[in-house]
Amino acid sequence: MAPGALERALRQRRSAGQKCVVPYLTGGLGSWGAYVQAASAAGADAVEVGIPFSDPVMDGPVIQEASERALRAGTTPSAIVDELGRTDVGVPVAVMTYANLVDRAGWTRFASSLAAAGVAAAILPDIPLEETGPWCDAADAADVETVLLAAPTAPDQRLERIVGRSRGFVYAVGLLGVTGERSSLADSAVVIARRLKAVTDLPVLVGVGISTPEQAVEVCEVADGVVVGSALVRRVLESGADEASADVVAEVVGSFRTALDAG
Amino acid sequence: MMGEPDATGRFGEYGGRFVPETLVPALAELDRGFRSAWADPAFRSELDGLLADYAGRPSPLTECHRLSAELGVRVLFKREDLNHTGSHKINNVLGQALLARRMGKTRLLAETGAGQHGVATATAAALLGMECLVYMGEVDMARQELNVFRMRLLGAEVTPAMSGSRTLKDAVNEAMRDWVATVEHSHYCLGSVMGPHPYPWMVREFHRVIGSEAAVQCRDLLGGPPDVVVACVGGGSNAAGIFSGFAEDPSVELVGVEPAGGAAVGRGVPGIVHGMRSYLMQDEFGQVLEAHSISAGLDYPGVGPEHSHLATSGRATYHQVDDGEVVEAFVLTSRTEGIIPALEPAHALAWVARERASLAGRTVLINMSGRGDKDVAQMMDVLADRI
Repeated sequence: MAPGALERALRQRRSAGQKCVVPYLTGGLGSWGAYVQAASAAGADAVEVGIPFSDPVMDGPVIQEASERALRAGTTPSAIVDELGRTDVGVPVAVMTYANLVDRAGWTRFASSLAAAGVAAAILPDIPLEETGPWCDAADAADVETVLLAAPTAPDQRLERIVGRSRGFVYAVGLLGVTGERSSLADSAVVIARRLKAVTDLPVLVGVGISTPEQAVEVCEVADGVVVGSALVRRVLESGADEASADVVAEVVGSFRTALDAG
Repeated sequence: MMGEPDATGRFGEYGGRFVPETLVPALAELDRGFRSAWADPAFRSELDGLLADYAGRPSPLTECHRLSAELGVRVLFKREDLNHTGSHKINNVLGQALLARRMGKTRLLAETGAGQHGVATATAAALLGMECLVYMGEVDMARQELNVFRMRLLGAEVTPAMSGSRTLKDAVNEAMRDWVATVEHSHYCLGSVMGPHPYPWMVREFHRVIGSEAAVQCRDLLGGPPDVVVACVGGGSNAAGIFSGFAEDPSVELVGVEPAGGAAVGRGVPGIVHGMRSYLMQDEFGQVLEAHSISAGLDYPGVGPEHSHLATSGRATYHQVDDGEVVEAFVLTSRTEGIIPALEPAHALAWVARERASLAGRTVLINMSGRGDKDVAQMMDVLADRI
């Protein structure tokens, strides 16, 4: 299958000898559309937009709080996808959400709605390899890239099957645990990145527990880039999640961009 | 009916394994571990020994003469309320704790609603010298403070689930998040026939003893099976246990009773949460709804996948009762039989009481899945103007 927009963007960054930064922002939280634009302008290679779910089992306290706030404010999956459709983000967008929201809309309908909104990719953390069938069929048909997660617990053989099915990039889970910040980079982050790099040419981005630009630089000695979620969303929440928080997003994303470019 | 799920962990189209990638290898290991243990006579014999000498099995079958006369229906109780820790939950917990130890795990994680499964897990951990951490919704901790104390007395740590509705479903979320981080040395001792494969199947097999004993006891007493088997359904473990003893006999009617405020089968549509595809109470966008009933143990918006299959295949039927009917059944059973039921099995009793006319002349086996001591403080308020 030909690489999609997300994979092409990340490969282009890598080909230039640089590292990729993909910030995560919770859809429906405050002026989230402006945050996405700010992240793009600050040097993100792609933006991951979370569609909040009532029971996010892969997420730690920060993203849970952001999701709950967005849901209380009345956000819905279709409102987020529609807004993405009206926005020219400038870089590829991947949505991150949970299986039930997709199932409720219908696998095919959801994939088509993403494609129609110009969304490049989807990340569904509670759909592991064995359950990808119906979703991947629908996503492939709509030309939406499905990014699979690869965890430290997977044996080598399983990693090979995961990278064989993942599109866009492969999301290396940096540690045993849910999303959230950690004071130091887990050894497991470098290990999983190295194991994945050994079996795939797809861009390998590490997420979960990447909290500072320094940690990003450290893991990118092996990995092709990072996904930054809780560290960014925490700053958005702390700054009140209002319009001015877009400046905070630009500052945080810019700090990762600068650090990685300086290497 | 009620055999093994297929290779993808499905009963019909329900079940599966919708979990973060990190947990998939652990679930595969658990599947292998359970298969090996369940086929090992030494494991079975150790479990049977604990069930007999520690938990007090077999539990009796009680013929309820005064309640039968009152209702015009011959009523039998399978007395899971007489087990150690006061409910059927101990059957599953002893099985999983032995399995966890066999697999080299040193820490048990559990979620609990009313606290019965948490108390049972804390008990097994104390018995086997394992660490134990129980997640319990903050709202439920307030409703069931005696059980919180029991768990802590037994040496377990009890951590409030502060997110979402702060009840059972959120406790499951917290337990799963913990397990994602601690999977190498912890076993998630899930308390019902729900969650990702192999839990729905494994937990039902650990509760199969309820149905197997009841089938023999009914044969001895009645010369054959009862006409109807009734059990309450939240996640559905006590129902799965007793149904499994009768599912092969098409002459036996199987009835699950859900709370009206938490009726996944009755009011839900298929969805995916907590690792499984099953009936689920959710809104038009797929956000999971909060369940509300008088019983914390049944305040769950989902249901085990095998129940979804039993419902859609027509082998079992599922009905709803409201809180008022439950309270009446709670009092009726206390006064006619000298048995104070837990609010959960009081749902099953309430359905039988309501349907007495259509059940007249038939023999009904009810799973008395737990005793009501834990609910007495709450019922003192509810019944303040009557007692």
